[in-house]
Amino acid sequence: MKGPGAIRHGLRVINPGIKATIQDLGRKGIRHHGLARGGVLDLRSAAWANKLLDNDRNSACVEIVLGGFRAEALSACEVSVTGAQADVTVNGKAVEMWRSLHLAPGDELAISHARHHRLIYLAVRGGFETKEWFGSRSVVVREGLEGCEPLQPEDELPAGSVDTSLGAPRIAPPQAWQWLERPPVLGLIPGYQYNQFLTADLRRLVTTEYKVSHESDRMGYRLAGTPMADPPPGIVSEGIVPGAVQVPGDGQPIALLADCQTIGGYPKPGVITSMDCGLLAQQLPGTQIRFEWTDVLSAQNQRRLFERHYHQTVWSEDGLSLHWR
Amino acid sequence: MIEAADEDALLIRFGDAIDSALPAQIADLCQRIEALELPWLVDLVPSYTTLLVIYDPITINVLDAKSRLRPLLAETQSADRIKSETTESRLIELPIYYSEETGPDLAWIAEQKGLSVQQVIDRHTADTYQVYAIGFAPGFGFMGQVDPTIACPRKDTPRTKVPAGSVGIANQQTAVYPKTSPGGWQLIGRCPTVLFDEDNLSLLKAGDRVRFVSISREEYLAQGGQL
Repeated sequence: MKGPGAIRHGLRVINPGIKATIQDLGRKGIRHHGLARGGVLDLRSAAWANKLLDNDRNSACVEIVLGGFRAEALSACEVSVTGAQADVTVNGKAVEMWRSLHLAPGDELAISHARHHRLIYLAVRGGFETKEWFGSRSVVVREGLEGCEPLQPEDELPAGSVDTSLGAPRIAPPQAWQWLERPPVLGLIPGYQYNQFLTADLRRLVTTEYKVSHESDRMGYRLAGTPMADPPPGIVSEGIVPGAVQVPGDGQPIALLADCQTIGGYPKPGVITSMDCGLLAQQLPGTQIRFEWTDVLSAQNQRRLFERHYHQTVWSEDGLSLHWR
Repeated sequence: MIEAADEDALLIRFGDAIDSALPAQIADLCQRIEALELPWLVDLVPSYTTLLVIYDPITINVLDAKSRLRPLLAETQSADRIKSETTESRLIELPIYYSEETGPDLAWIAEQKGLSVQQVIDRHTADTYQVYAIGFAPGFGFMGQVDPTIACPRKDTPRTKVPAGSVGIANQQTAVYPKTSPGGWQLIGRCPTVLFDEDNLSLLKAGDRVRFVSISREEYLAQGGQL
């Protein structure tokens, strides 16, 4: 991040809250070096934050854990706030989430603590143009790369410049946030060592209510429920993907997320769909979640429809609805 | 065997157990895939017995991705029968300063195994190792197989801080920690070579072969090693 006074267009962080990092869709072509993918934990909320501003799909935004974030506009800019419900104010005056907001130079944007969920996304028109590592702006803290760190007070976040005006303020349709209110039932694609698990344990996996534990971060969430009776022993380490559910000897699953290791030796009965990884990532410790089986083609269809909607729809002039091209 | 791991990855299995012939085969398939510059390819993650192929599910579906990979896998498998195992892999020499001050577990291993410290060093430098996988941390190469007479399990309680360059043994695996990090491997020395940096990324690749060369304290310091 740049120091004070270095940029003219963008935001200055006053208080990043508990933890806030810059994330885009993550890195590509580097996992064989042992580098994590990284990227936004909640695909849907981050995509809507960008969609409200007509940003590129891969534009970087701020992922704010549990809220408590404040920043000042260094220039006139358009921003949007999505994800976990919180009170958002501009210069102390309440504004809505899930819509585009105009900030004048010197305006202070404040986001309160999140209420029922965990992650809040802040996007800026043109995207945040912070430093890239390996072709991505995603910050993976645990790798200890120089400067690849959570946001600090006084960090300046440059915004990409955009020529055209946004026109009327945009308001996201209910479909943008309604999914977050659903009971968290996560689609699980059978794979990896599925066939090595006992039938009874596979059944337990989709009938147990698991509690999200306090040991949960961008690498993965530990889940606590009725333990599996007899998970298979450790395996020869193999490539793992974010979303993979690994089951160590204690029988309690760990759902891996964006910053997970690239290879691992715990058996895995399946992988959570990319969309539902976001639903899991949004849950606070103590929340109950459930799994249900799905399949690769359904998961691919769901993801494709979502991405196609992003790319192929345009805002109406009044900013209140989206139309297919 | 090619199977779907999830909605954007295929897992190709070459075998069920660690086998020194597999890294060359897996590296061969990686080269064949990379040579095609497939627009839907995102990442390749080789490991001991598997290759994980990560693709863009928006551009290609699981069935098409599988059928594109199947002939490449067949080519690798038939080529491998002709070509001898390791003729084309890179051989990398890593200098190591083996000592009490850089390898706090060196004396312990010698004692456990009824060997002198020098014998442990000789056995660690005698073999050429295969790089089976890169993981755990950026540039961390899992290498094997370590001579069974010096193989030893991980520490019961991992160290919270293993200095960068430390060379460790865990069962029949050996590795160099590219950066200071927590770790549970038994430490026997330290390597001055940079194994990962942001510009060149990982020095080691899965499929490479590595030989360790014993160097003196002076050589270690002259090559940039830290104490």
